[in-house]
Amino acid sequence: MPTMIKVNGKPREVNVPDEKPLLWVLREDLGYLGPKFGCGAGLCGACTVHLDGQAVRSCITPINAVGTAEVTTIEGVSAKSVGKRVSEAWTEIDVPQCGYCQAGQIMSAVALLESNPSPTDEDIDSAMAGNLCRCGTYHRIRDAIRKAAAQKTTGGANAG
Amino acid sequence: MPADSPALATDRRFVIKAMLAAGGALAFDIEIAMAQASKPARAGSIGGAASRISAYVAIAADNTVTITAKNPEIGQGVKAMLPMLIAEELDVAWEAVKVEQAVADQSRFGEQFAGGSMSTPMNWMPMRQAGATARAMIVAAAARQWNVPAAEITTAKGEVFHAKTNRRAPYASLAAAAAREEVPAEASLKLKDPQAFSIIGRPVAGPDTPAIVAGKPLFGVDTVLPGVVHAALLTAPVRGATLKSHDPKQALAMPGVRKVVVLRQLGHDDAPVDALAVVADSWWTASEARKVLAAEWDNAGREKHSDASFAAAAKAAFATRPAISVRKDGNVDAALAKAAKTVSAEYSYPFLSHATLEPQNCTAQFKDGKIELWAPSQMPNEGKDLVAKAMGLPSEAVTVNLTRIGGGFGRRLQSDFMILAAAIAREVPGLPVKLILEREEDFKLDFFRPAGFHKLEAGLDAKGRLTAFRTHLVGFGAKGEPGRGSELPNDLVPANLVPDAELGLTLLESNIPLGWLRAPGSNALAFATQGFLDEVAAAAGKTLPVFMLETLGEPRLVQPPKLPGVPDIWQPPAFHTGRAAGVIREAMARSGWQGAAPKGRGFGFYFSHLGYFAVVADCVKAGDAIKVARMWVAADIGSTVINPMNAEQQIRGSMIEGIGQVISGLKVPIAGGQVQVANFDAYTLPRIDVVPPIEIAMVRTDFPPTGLGEPALPPAVAAVANAISSLTGKRVRSLPYEA
Repeated sequence: MPTMIKVNGKPREVNVPDEKPLLWVLREDLGYLGPKFGCGAGLCGACTVHLDGQAVRSCITPINAVGTAEVTTIEGVSAKSVGKRVSEAWTEIDVPQCGYCQAGQIMSAVALLESNPSPTDEDIDSAMAGNLCRCGTYHRIRDAIRKAAAQKTTGGANAG
Repeated sequence: MPADSPALATDRRFVIKAMLAAGGALAFDIEIAMAQASKPARAGSIGGAASRISAYVAIAADNTVTITAKNPEIGQGVKAMLPMLIAEELDVAWEAVKVEQAVADQSRFGEQFAGGSMSTPMNWMPMRQAGATARAMIVAAAARQWNVPAAEITTAKGEVFHAKTNRRAPYASLAAAAAREEVPAEASLKLKDPQAFSIIGRPVAGPDTPAIVAGKPLFGVDTVLPGVVHAALLTAPVRGATLKSHDPKQALAMPGVRKVVVLRQLGHDDAPVDALAVVADSWWTASEARKVLAAEWDNAGREKHSDASFAAAAKAAFATRPAISVRKDGNVDAALAKAAKTVSAEYSYPFLSHATLEPQNCTAQFKDGKIELWAPSQMPNEGKDLVAKAMGLPSEAVTVNLTRIGGGFGRRLQSDFMILAAAIAREVPGLPVKLILEREEDFKLDFFRPAGFHKLEAGLDAKGRLTAFRTHLVGFGAKGEPGRGSELPNDLVPANLVPDAELGLTLLESNIPLGWLRAPGSNALAFATQGFLDEVAAAAGKTLPVFMLETLGEPRLVQPPKLPGVPDIWQPPAFHTGRAAGVIREAMARSGWQGAAPKGRGFGFYFSHLGYFAVVADCVKAGDAIKVARMWVAADIGSTVINPMNAEQQIRGSMIEGIGQVISGLKVPIAGGQVQVANFDAYTLPRIDVVPPIEIAMVRTDFPPTGLGEPALPPAVAAVANAISSLTGKRVRSLPYEA
C-alpha cells in the first residue's frame, strides 16, 4: 500500500512497510541524506526532523505514524525564517567540527526558537540535551542559538 | 630548528612540476621527499612513517585557486589548515581559494593520514615552501615579460605588481609563461615574515561548513551509487569468537533480502572477526533481517576475561616486579628509605570506546577484478593495502575515495571496516554495497582505549621536594609488546626530572582489541601521574602547580633516553621545562590561583604531541551530582596558531572529552569476554548541559607550531579528577568518578 507523506512542502508517495522508520524512508526512498543515522534508538538526535514543527527522532518514528503531519528536514528547514536565521548563525559562527551531528542540532535549535523565541541559557541546554555532539561543539551551538534569537528580537536584516 | 622539535622534514628534496592544465589553468604538482623516513618510535602517536609530502595547486583562468586537501578530515580542521599554509606563501586571497578533497593515492600524494596531531609539524614548512615556490615562478615570469628585475616585483591577493612602471597582472594571465620558468632552488626561497601573514593566524571557517549546515551528503554513510545494495553485520557477543553454525533461512525469507554472506577471520590482523552480513535492498531491511539471524559462536575460553579478572591480575602483578623495565635511574628503594616522607597509591581507569557519531561504514564495489571503496578512514592508504592483501589483489586494483569523516578520535586508524565491506562486495560482484554498522556492532567492534592499573610511589625530602618516583603500570598487550595505547613512555613526567626513578610495565592478555584514542597513552597517564602528584604535593604542604614548578626546576631541555634501533627523526622529543613552567604560570594567573586553592579547584599539566598544556578546573555540587563550573587552559604549541577559529574548537572539545571521561561515567565494562555497552544510554557521552565556560590562553614561544587535536585532553582529565578530589575530600583514584 503506498503511503503519502509531505516532505519539505512536497507531497511524496512511498511504497514501504508500515514500520519502516521515517529516517530510512527519507534517506533511502526519498534521497534526503541530511538526517543522519547515529544510534537507531532515539538517544543521539542525529536523525532529528520536524513533524509539524516538533522535533522528533526519525530513527524511531515508523512511517505509518507520520500521517498528515508535515515533515521538515535539514534540506528544507531554511525555507522558513527561523530556519534561515539559525542556519546563517550556524555558518557565521562555524559551529561544526566533524559535522555529523549538526543537522540534528540545527533541527532541535529551530524547533526551540519556533516555540520559544527568546530562550534562556537553561532553556537552550534543556532543549538541546537530546542531541549528542561527540566533538564537543556545544559552546558554539549555544552561541549560534543566542545569535539567531537576538536577530529576531532586534529585528535584524534577516528577521521576518 | 629548536632542538626540542623532532627534525621533521629536514634534508628535503623538492620536485616541482609546473604545467598548463585544461582551460589555461596553471597547475603545480609539488612533491617533497623527506630523506629520513623510517618507522616511528611511537607508532601509537604518529600512525605512519612520513616519507613524502605532496601538494597540488591550480590557478584557473579566472584567477581562482584550487588547492587539494590531501589528508582526511575528521573534524580536526586540516581541510582548511594545509591549504592556508600554501595560500599564505603563494600570496593569494583566501576568498579565491577552493579546497578539494584528494583521493587516497600514496603514489600521488605521499602520506595521507589523520593521526598523532602530526599534520601541523609535518607540513608547516613544506607547505609554505610549496606556496613560495609557485609564487617565485609567477614572479619570475612577470619579470621576464615586463623586462624588470624580479626583486622589484611584489605580489598581493593573486596579483603581481611593479610599482615603478605602475603595472599589475593577475597570476592567471602569466600561466603559460610561469609554467616554462625554472623551479627555484629551495635555498633561494624567501618565506614571508610572520608579521606579514594575512591568512595564517586569522580565523578561517571550515571549507565544508556551508554544505554541512545545508545537510549536503558529504560523509561515508551518504555515499550513493547507482544500484547500491546495503549490508548489516552480525558479530559474536564475545569479541573474537568464531562462527560455529548459523541458520539464515528466516532472514533470507524476508522480502528485499538478497543474501547472507559468511565472513571468516577478516578485519584487522590482530583482531580478526567472524561475521554474518545480510545484504538487502535497503539498510533497514538488512538490519531487520540481522535480528532474526540464528548463529552459534565458539568462545574458546574468551569468556574468562572480565573487569574482575583484570583487577585480580593487576593486584597479583603489583606484588611482584614489573615484567618489563622501561626506565631505571639511580636507586628508588634507597631513595625512598631515606626520604623524609613517602607517598604511595594505586590508580586505575577503564576501557573506553571511540564512539564516533558516524558509525563505521564503507561502500565497496567489486568489478572486473578491481575494487573501489568509499571510506571514512584516517589511514586510507593502509586500508587500501590491507584490502588488497585480504582480497588477494595487487594494490593497483584497489581505489579508495575519501569521504568526510563523522568523527575519528583514532577509531578510523584501523581499517577493519574497509576489509569487511570489500569482502561482502566480492560476494555481490558488480554491485556497490554499503556496509553500515549498527551502533551495537560499532561498540562491539571497536579497538578500545586500554584499561590500566598503576601502582605509584614517591619520596619527598625534608623541604617537601620530590626526590624519587616509581610507577608500575599493569596494562594490556601480547608477547611482551604493549598494545596500542598501553605503552609506558620512558620520558614520563616526573620520572625524567628526579635522580631516582623507575618505570615498569606488566602486560595482561585479553580478547579485547586495543586502539589509539585521542592522545593515546597520555589521556590515561595524565590522570594517574597528575592525580598522584596532587597527593604528593599535598603531603608536601603545597599545591600541585607550585609543586610542579618546583619539580621542573630551571628552564632547560630534558632529553629522553634514546630508544635503541630507532632513527633520530622518530626518537621521542625532548621536554622543555621552561615551556612547561610557562603554561603552568599562565593557567595560575588566568584562574587567579594564589596560595591555597579554593575547595573544588583542581589542576593538571601534561606534555604530549609536542604541546604543553595546563588546565585548571573548578567543580561544584549540583544536587547529588558534581559539575564543572569553569575551566582555564593555557597552551604552548609554539610561535603561531595557524587557525584560531579551529584551535578554540579543538581545545574546547578536548576539555569536554576530559569532563566526559571523569564525570559523565564513560566506561566500557567487560564481563564474560563481552563488551557491556551497546548504545549511548550506557555509554554516556557528555551533553550540552555539563559544559562550563572555558577560558583559553595561548602562550606563544619561539618554536615551530605543532598540532592541537590531542595534547589538550590529558591535563583536562587530570584537572577535573583533582577538582573532584578537592571538592569531596575523597581522592579520585579510579575513573570514571562514582559518588
